[in-house]
Amino acid sequence: MVQENKHLEVVLDTQVESVNLAEEMCLRVAEAAGFDEEMCYRIGMSVREGVINAFHYGNQERPDKKIHLAVDLTPEKMVIHVMDEGKGFKLKDVPDPLAEENILSTSGRGIFLMRAFMDEFDVVPGTTGGAEIVMSKRLPGAENGHGGHSDGSGNDSAPRKEA
Amino acid sequence: MSLHATYRDSGEVTVVDMGGRIVLGDGSALLRKTIGQLLEDNRTKILINLADVNYIDSSGIGELVHAYTSVRTRGGELKLLHLTKKVRDLLQITKLYTVFDVYSDESAAVRSFD
Repeated sequence: MVQENKHLEVVLDTQVESVNLAEEMCLRVAEAAGFDEEMCYRIGMSVREGVINAFHYGNQERPDKKIHLAVDLTPEKMVIHVMDEGKGFKLKDVPDPLAEENILSTSGRGIFLMRAFMDEFDVVPGTTGGAEIVMSKRLPGAENGHGGHSDGSGNDSAPRKEA
Repeated sequence: MSLHATYRDSGEVTVVDMGGRIVLGDGSALLRKTIGQLLEDNRTKILINLADVNYIDSSGIGELVHAYTSVRTRGGELKLLHLTKKVRDLLQITKLYTVFDVYSDESAAVRSFD
């Protein structure tokens, strides 16, 4: 149980290795905060996707730009911020990966996965001029202050068709 | 664990056994390279065994879609075998479960190419 607010911040290079590094760092925080294996998986995946987004779309894979990762742990939730040094974007401009014309797209599912796996998700203008992804997960045992999130399990979506 | 891939013949079908994480970087690159090699060898009936793949991210999903469309473009078929729960859940929420032919029995999967 988290008794007081904690803050962790790291600046990452724009390189593939930063994705794993960010995931591992946040997984350690999540485990220490008491999240179970499934929740840790969802948090880790969301961090991966946030940093991939910053690496590829935000910073355009340019090594002179940085990725700013911050984690806030409060008694209620774990909040993750991923900020890039790109041009920023608006959520409404992101194509729906579930639309028929996008189903066979080879990219564009990261935002969707973060939304599915986290309790809260938003993209705001970052202080660097780029985009800042802000997402959070309620801590185990914390009050359920809001609803309407997906559990991300997908168990109620597409029908089974395994042979 | 990094991704590894080997392939074997089962009649006219090439079964690709993969293990590890299909994620941005080496994992996705290996999948692309493996499918590219198979297509160069004119192997267009491909069954990817994902029994030992316990993690896949959006880059890995994109690479599976790329493999699927590449094989279809060549007139072939690409199907999936033995999804782990995490991979199955991901394909379901991204609606790709309805795109890929997915099997849990290798013999049935191989026969389905006939």
